[in-house]
This record gives sequence, structure tokens and C-alpha cells, in this order.
Amino acid sequence: MKKLLTILLIGAVMGACQTGNKKGADNKASDSVSIAAAGATFPMPYYNMIIKDYIGKTGTLVTYGGIGSGGGIKSLKDKVVDFGATDAFLSDAKMADMPAEIVHIPTCLGAVVIAYNLEGVEGLKLTSELLEGIFMGKITNWNDSLIKANNPGVNLPDLAITFVHRSDGSGTTYIFSDYMSKISAAWADQVGTGKSLQWPVGMGAKGNPGVTGTIKSTVGAIGYVGSEYAFAQKLPVALLQNQSGNYIEPSIASISAAAQGALPADTRAMLTNSDDANAYPICGFTWLILYKEQAYGGRSKAQAQATLEFLDWVVSADAQGVAEKVNYAPLPAKAVNQAKSILRSVTFNGEALLK
Amino acid sequence: MKSDTITKYVLLVSSIVILLVSAGMVFSLIGDALPVFEKFGWRFITSSEWNPTEGRENYGALPFIAGTLSTSILALIICLPMAFATALFLAEYFKKSSLSTIIGSMVDLLAGVPSIVYGLWGFYTLRPFIVSLGLDAQGYGIFTAGLILAIMIIPYATSLSAEIISMVPNELKEAAYSLGATRMEVIFSVVLPNARSGIVASFILAFGRALGETMAVTMLIGNANIIPTGLFSTGNSMASVIANQFGEADGLKLSALIAIGLLLFAITGIVNAIGKLVIKKLS
Repeated sequence: MKKLLTILLIGAVMGACQTGNKKGADNKASDSVSIAAAGATFPMPYYNMIIKDYIGKTGTLVTYGGIGSGGGIKSLKDKVVDFGATDAFLSDAKMADMPAEIVHIPTCLGAVVIAYNLEGVEGLKLTSELLEGIFMGKITNWNDSLIKANNPGVNLPDLAITFVHRSDGSGTTYIFSDYMSKISAAWADQVGTGKSLQWPVGMGAKGNPGVTGTIKSTVGAIGYVGSEYAFAQKLPVALLQNQSGNYIEPSIASISAAAQGALPADTRAMLTNSDDANAYPICGFTWLILYKEQAYGGRSKAQAQATLEFLDWVVSADAQGVAEKVNYAPLPAKAVNQAKSILRSVTFNGEALLK
Repeated sequence: MKSDTITKYVLLVSSIVILLVSAGMVFSLIGDALPVFEKFGWRFITSSEWNPTEGRENYGALPFIAGTLSTSILALIICLPMAFATALFLAEYFKKSSLSTIIGSMVDLLAGVPSIVYGLWGFYTLRPFIVSLGLDAQGYGIFTAGLILAIMIIPYATSLSAEIISMVPNELKEAAYSLGATRMEVIFSVVLPNARSGIVASFILAFGRALGETMAVTMLIGNANIIPTGLFSTGNSMASVIANQFGEADGLKLSALIAIGLLLFAITGIVNAIGKLVIKKLS
């Protein structure tokens, strides 16, 4: 994963240099429009990959800073980026807090997987009741009769359960806690939903790499990790029982299934606890956010046009095809159409930028 | 202008810059921390609840104050005899042996190693070792964090104390020897009384480093926002919670984190003040 990131980074830098050279040779090309964006770290490997492709194709320089969803929203609010990125959509209150109306563009889907470290145990099956019990500290040992009853034939050791959660604020935590609040009244009542929480039990580690590292080095640990990271690291993950009663392994297909249902027009929806029979239950969109009226802060029309063209390309089949390579699920066709029509509602001085 | 005057102004300006920077820091910390103190008052320091969930926000810094103080004090307790003994060894007992030269340069090297390296070593070597000793099932918590802090500050305290001890004038020691004092007597009645205030100062500096240490602690303390219940309980420290949570923080939470920074600033200030007082009394 690290190697891949390094290669990506080098690629991005080289790509950037190449555009620079091209510009030197041909001064008129693309009028040196460069697009700046920042936000969520969860989709960053995907964005890096498609940005590299886009720079290679068009010569328009796009830079993306992975500073966290909160940072992405703040940067857009301060108008220092062309668009932001966030894993949790903005609530109505937060939307109202922005200086102008913004729109959400979903770009891909990810999931939160339950990873664990138990020698010789594969395909652990967990129900909502077990998740509530383990993550709220009611079930404290792996050989608890409730876990055993749900996993016949699995040799569960007499070992304390160590829950590892994120110590930093995170969209991954938001999706995880949103699901927990939906399946457990006790969780909704005592813990709630948020990017960081007051945890009933467990210990914290920083970022997906921190949680993964702690789980890997701690026998008896269980925790939640972003799917793109867990897939790349090949962690053992639990099968979760969805609303239809099926035990689902997280995979690109079962994540895609979660987004098959109807979406609100602005795509601001949580996909957790999907009622689709084949859907993995802890999934979510990740979004790019931008102002609906692009003429602000002295931006040129060319700048706004370039931003919109890039975003339109992100939801195109060309870019979506890359998602799976870096362990994200591409948007279903319906969501793509909705994203495209939202992009066509974005204006510059009241005039739509995309036809 | 005479070169003397120019030098004087250059020195004055750079000193004033330091004054301005520290005043500016305190000023902005207080300004940004104000909302959380206005909302919670003293409860911010005495409450053990840390709940960042929207709609039920409630911030109390007590778990982090407890975590910082308990790990740092534990580190100081471990560090005291170790650093003191090593410093005596290096600067007095085996002053000119090649062994002490080697150990001395190792100590200086260890004092300069970045804390993240200690954290990594602690995470992958020290923690599994503690687990294999059967002290604790997972190895995260106050004890491991305190131990890694001790290992980090021992070279620091040793290096400074050794420097101070070696500065005790030879004439004094020679005089004591000529009166028939044994080596022990020279150390305890000549060297230490002379070096006392400097040694205390070196331990205070080491304690200050332990208070503010972030990375190594956050990797080993377990990052659970609770008041530690025992030596092997998980907890969290002030520096660690700031480093972990500032990224996604805004509004009241950001203010709470800045307030913790202000408290850390104040605690470090108090420790330094106590240290100065002790040094004044001793010398």
C-alpha cells in the first residue's frame, strides 16, 4: 500500500512536471488553469490515481490535499480551494453555516469493515446484537456463549476482547457509528453518531494505519477499518448480518449493492443498514463539495469551467472504472445520472457551466 | 553609529521578539480557549466527561491531566535513580575510563533520537515484551507509556547532570581526599552539595520534556479518554489528545483542545517555577 502510494505520488509529481514542460513549449495551452482541492483522506488513493490520469489527458493541473473531511469543509468555507471533499455529508445546519449554497457530488463508495485478530478463525459471523454487545462492552470474552452460538464449529479462544477504535476524528467513525445507532437503541441513546465519540470501551489508535497496526499486533483485538485500506492489507474481516438476515462479506459487489436503492435528489444520504438482500450493511458515499454559484472571490470563468469539467469527468465511466483497482466501489448508474444533473445546475453568474 | 551600540540594539530586538512571541502565544491560546471556559467554567478542569458527539457535547480535561501527570511522574520516578547513577558513573566514578567515554557518547546519542523512534520501538518491542512478561494482557496503558517516557528522559537527565557533576572544582575534591575522605564521602559531602541545584534543574527539564511528549505516548497509552484506574489501565495524555483530534475539530471542540493546550502551558510553567524555587533554596 505504501509502495503504491509512493508510486502514485511520484507519478503525480512527474505528471505535474510534464505539464510544466508542455506549458513552457506552448505558452497558449490551457492558460495555466490549475485546480486546488482538499479534504477527506479516505478516497485519497482513488483521487490521486484519477487526477494523474486527468493531468496526463488534459494538461489541467489538479492538486488534492488529504487533510481530513473537516479540513476540506473548512477550506471550502474559507474559499481557498475550488472544491472540497468529505466523507460525511453536511447537515442542514452546516450547509446554512456556509457562506453560500453548496452542492454535493458523490464520487465513489466505500465500506467500513470489522477486522479482528484471532488465530485460526476465519469468516467470523456477527449479528447486530453481537456488534452492540462487543462494542458497548457487554460481551468481553471471545468464548462468550452468544458469539459461540452464532459461530458453530469455530474454535473461539478464552481471550479478552480488545476493541480498537479511532483516536482521531474521522469519516470512517461517522459511518460506523451511524450504522451502530441504526441497529442498536442503546448505542443511539448512550453513544450516538459522530466523527469522534465518547467510547464506552476500548482503546484508540490514529488513522486506519494505526488501527490496523494495533489489531495486527494484538491477539484478541477487533476494530473497524476503512474497506479500501483493509482490502489492500488483506485483513481478516467479519461477515455481518444485514437487514435481510444474510451474512455478507464486504466486497466491491456487496458494497455496490448498498447504493441500489432510491437516493434523495441532492444525494445526501447515508447508505448504512441497506435493505438490499445482498448489501453489506456499513457502506457510504464519499462526496466532493463546491459552491453552486461559481462566480465568487474574483474567480475567472475559465477556472470555474475547468473545475466543472474535471468533476464531470470524475463521475464519467472513464474515471469510475479506476475505482475498483484501488478497492473502492464505483457509483451505480443511477447515482452517476444524479451527480451529472447536479453538476449541470452549477452556474457562473447564473449561467450553467456544463451543457 | 558605533559597533557597540549596533550590537546592543540587535541583542535587544531579538530578546524583545522572544517576549512578543510568548505573550502572543498566551494571548491567542486564552482567546481561543475562552468559549469552552465560558460554557463549562471550572467544570472543564474537574469533569472527567469528554463527549465530542454533536448535540451532546461536554468537555472535561481531567482524564488528560491525570494521564499526563501519571505517566510523567512515573517516568520521573524510574528516571531518578537510573539517571543519577549513570551520571555519577560517567562524571565522577569512572571519569576518564574508555568505558565511560563510550557510554557518555551513547547517552548523548540517545538524548537526540527523535521521539517517534522511541514510539516505534515501544510499540513493536517494549509492548510485546511487557505482554510476554505477563504484566498486562495487551500492554497498552500508563505503565508502558511511563516506561517509554522514562527511557526517553534518562539520557537527557543523565547528560545534563553529568555535565554539572564534572564541573565541581577539582581543588575541593582534592582537599577532601587529603583529609582522608573515602570516595563515597567525597561524592556525598563534596560533589553532590556543590552540584545539587544543577542536578535538580536537569531533572526538572527532563520532567518538562515528559509532560509535553506526544508521539511516543500516543502510540502506547491506549488513547482511551478515561481517568486511569491503575498502573496498567489505558488512558490519554494532554499532548496526545490534541495531536489526535485537532484535525477534524471545530467550534467548541477546537476551543476545548486549545484550552487543554493552555493548561499544558500552565502546568509546564508551574513545574518550571517550582524548579526555580527549589534551585534558589538549594544554592
